[in-house]
Amino acid sequence: MNFAVLQFPASNCDQDALHALRDVLGHSARYVWHKETSLGDADAVIVPGGFSYGDYLRCGAIARFSPVMQAVQRFAAGGGLVLGICNGFQVLCEAGLLPGALIRNRSLQFRCEHVYLKTLTTESPFTCRIPLDKLLGIPIAHGEGCYFADEETLNMLQANDRILWQYCNAQGEITGQSNPNGSLRNIAGICNDRRNVAGLMPHPERACETILGSEDGRLIFESLLHALQSKAVAEAA
Amino acid sequence: MKARIVITPKKAVVDPQGKAVQNALEHMGYGGINAVHVGKYLEIELNGADRETARRQLDEACHKFLSNPVIEDYKLEIE
Repeated sequence: MNFAVLQFPASNCDQDALHALRDVLGHSARYVWHKETSLGDADAVIVPGGFSYGDYLRCGAIARFSPVMQAVQRFAAGGGLVLGICNGFQVLCEAGLLPGALIRNRSLQFRCEHVYLKTLTTESPFTCRIPLDKLLGIPIAHGEGCYFADEETLNMLQANDRILWQYCNAQGEITGQSNPNGSLRNIAGICNDRRNVAGLMPHPERACETILGSEDGRLIFESLLHALQSKAVAEAA
Repeated sequence: MKARIVITPKKAVVDPQGKAVQNALEHMGYGGINAVHVGKYLEIELNGADRETARRQLDEACHKFLSNPVIEDYKLEIE
């Protein structure tokens, strides 16, 4: 499969994402610079973490107007799979591809640590290979990851199974203490209505090898690959 | 002409920065403070002459780009 990993000025998880996809999972992946207007033959897009455009004004606010994001809008509108990680999640929210916004962590601290995630549904291309009883140990590294949306949006997300991951403790309980940033309803990641665009604050690309302390992030990419391969088989038939 | 734009967090949004500043003020002994909201201030120098056109354009820019309506309110003044 071919992955496009976007690069904005001050993206800093682009190389980790490319490494995980290409060197660890053995797929083809290439960088797509923010000034490009086409995603080429990409089967899926990764919007990586970092501080796009210095995160000036608001996180992701300037990146969403870049030429490459117009291509991502078209790609997503055509049903293409898009995963935003950390700053990528912020960019997708700013772009209106996902509802809500990410604001300053309630503690005001930049949090850099391993957290546990509970997967709430396997009904998405991003979670289809994750056993629901398996907690994912994945690192976070952000200062503005507190998910906010109004009550109506939160209820809609919950009712439509669009909350993909919640922060939990080592026992899988959704508690205030296991919430690293104050996200409403412990939300760590969500998807859009059509279920082809998702974003999460934790970094699965940093948890794909045992040497890094966890391989749990692979399950998210393996879900994505499984969904892409199923789609390719369906299209060929 | 000059536009002044003040962007503040919506009341429903938790504002930990505002809370931290309020706590610090109280700790310093400044009383009578009910709440603090930390936002952003933008000053935009304009070279057009038509105030109404400027207002319309900046209002659109505030809505689309300069503020995020999910979490922020803005006030636009042109002088």
